[in-house]
Amino acid sequence: MPDLIPLLSQILNGLLAGSYYLMIALGLSMIFSLGGIVNLAHGAFYAIGAYLAVTLADRIGFGGALIVSPLIVALIGMVVERFLLRRFYNADPILGLLLTFGLAMVTEQTLRILYGAAPVPFSIPPELRGQVFLGDFVYSRYRLITLGITAVAVLGLWILLTKTAFGKVVRAGVQNPDMVGALGISLKPYMTAVVMIGVGLAALAGVLIAPIAGVHPAMGQEIITFAFVVVVIGGLGSFWGVVAAAAIVGMTRGVAAHFYPAATEASVYLLMVLVLLTRPRGLFGERIQKFE
Amino acid sequence: MPFDKSLSRRTLIKASAGAAALGTLGAPAISYAQADAIKIGHITPRTGFLGPLGEYAAQAAQLAAEEINAAGGIMGRKLELILDDSPNPQQASAKAERLVQRDKIVALLGEISSASALAIAQVVQREKVLFINTGANSDALRGSDCQRFMFHIEAQNSMYVKAVGRSLIRDGLVSGKRWYSLTADYAFGHDLLNVAKRYMAANGGNHAGDDLIPTDLADFSPFLLKIRQARPDVVCLNLAGTQITNFLKQYAEFGLTFPVAGFGFDTALAWGAGRGNFGGTWPVVWHHLIDTPGSKAFVTGFQKKWNRMPENQAWGDYCSLKIVAQAITETKSTEGIKIVEHFEKGAKFDLLKTREGYFRAKDHQMMMEMYAITALPAAQIRNQHDIFTSSPPVPAANESLEVIAATDDENKCTFRA
Repeated sequence: MPDLIPLLSQILNGLLAGSYYLMIALGLSMIFSLGGIVNLAHGAFYAIGAYLAVTLADRIGFGGALIVSPLIVALIGMVVERFLLRRFYNADPILGLLLTFGLAMVTEQTLRILYGAAPVPFSIPPELRGQVFLGDFVYSRYRLITLGITAVAVLGLWILLTKTAFGKVVRAGVQNPDMVGALGISLKPYMTAVVMIGVGLAALAGVLIAPIAGVHPAMGQEIITFAFVVVVIGGLGSFWGVVAAAAIVGMTRGVAAHFYPAATEASVYLLMVLVLLTRPRGLFGERIQKFE
Repeated sequence: MPFDKSLSRRTLIKASAGAAALGTLGAPAISYAQADAIKIGHITPRTGFLGPLGEYAAQAAQLAAEEINAAGGIMGRKLELILDDSPNPQQASAKAERLVQRDKIVALLGEISSASALAIAQVVQREKVLFINTGANSDALRGSDCQRFMFHIEAQNSMYVKAVGRSLIRDGLVSGKRWYSLTADYAFGHDLLNVAKRYMAANGGNHAGDDLIPTDLADFSPFLLKIRQARPDVVCLNLAGTQITNFLKQYAEFGLTFPVAGFGFDTALAWGAGRGNFGGTWPVVWHHLIDTPGSKAFVTGFQKKWNRMPENQAWGDYCSLKIVAQAITETKSTEGIKIVEHFEKGAKFDLLKTREGYFRAKDHQMMMEMYAITALPAAQIRNQHDIFTSSPPVPAANESLEVIAATDDENKCTFRA
């Protein structure tokens, strides 16, 4: 069935492409679930991650940047959480929205002032270039490597959230913050850690995308809307819901590109509408008491 | 941590609309008021997928204004440049109107998006104010949508296609060959696809397929898979803005080797793709390696003021401000219609190239030399900017400048009274 091969390769490619949304969406979902903050600045951390990769790669190589850039962004996230986000956990959600909206714009303009509006040159390191042949499916070696890194990061996060004492408190804090407080556990340090992990993951996605897409100040806002859609489709509070949604969103784009390319981006929003109509909490969304 | 009752999961869904709005906010106008100055407006996208080019445009206009004022202004009066941005056609129209009515500008320059230029054209025609389009390529702006108060220093799509088309024909990539295209999904791309199809069909090319690409698409992989499947003889790009950077990087990433040709291009987007990612043959209105005294002075001046290399978008905004200043001096008038008539009589202007240019009276398109640039092999690249070789000027010295412009059959303009 030769006609099916192009479609299958689109579906497979879409699955892989979804991994970029996934790393952004997981952080968004965690920060919203625990802190109740809709972090519109999440894309900004992704952009900072990419720019740091460009700056650092000359000095410590791409491999070094892959580790150092997310760490630096996590530290920035710690400062932002401690001095800005923390003031808004109990406030009207619209204030948190305005704060992060403002942060996103300030970051974008700062990048523009520092680096200019034009894309900053950056390429795949020569040793990671090339193609991998899997039967009829030829694929970029670099993208398979990034998929592997994403898988490790996502699995690590899942283990952290489900198998450790840290994760237990975070999950309890999502469902019942008052009870956690009554047990004498302060959620503040946990929230700081969650923000650091969330924005660090976004930065990691930024580093990974930098060699294959334009590194420019608006790159954050290009991806943030999709990441939101992934969270909404996957459902709040569901780790694997977000993972599944990222894969489904990627596949939907691939199928749309195959049959009706002009609707490649629109197809994702259509999917969101369909999911919301049939499952208002998203595909695997949990009933979280404080959000009902 | 008790939660406010108004927070709900619906907040998240509403917030995704907010996320989408991030890209649509514009910046306020920057103006340095001066009494009795001649005011000229400059409007161009500063954010979004055309933002990288808008930055060059605004910087070049500021450089030109500085040079004009340093040389004594226009007829002894200071030139005051008012900069504004146009993130979308609605704002372009509203801001053009505000510049004309509130700031009383005598001319408006700029724009890159063909959709926004169309909106601006209606405002300037109504207000009888001169507008020089410095970056919008659609033939329709010089044809079915032409306006008497709108002039174009930016080349039209037909000129881009014919300029690079000569190189493609020379390289045997047109006649009897299959070409596959990717097209930016807005006014510019649709217009360019039509022009490209007409040119390729007339020269014996066979269209293997086209995909419309959303303007903010970052991931080209679905389309690269389709190209690999289609096995064309040449891949032709009708893309714009950061799309071009993303395409170049991922085309190299996927290891595709079909020859690449562009029908629209901006050098900064190739510079931004990074080492080893630029390939193919592309048309430009100007590039920094042009060996004329004017171009060399412009490159030096721009680098001195902005500490970066100018590219083709900068050239258009720099030259058009100089052209307006010259025209006001020559006509001794700041009245829009006087300058329009002056242009229509075929006034000649220095464009930093070997030949002077003029606005063609019948459609207000600048008649000028263009260039086809071809990517250098990676081994021959010495620095970040000199990544291509250029053809000699197109048209050649012994040809009329009009041979690459659209003919009446291809694109007809009738100015309404």
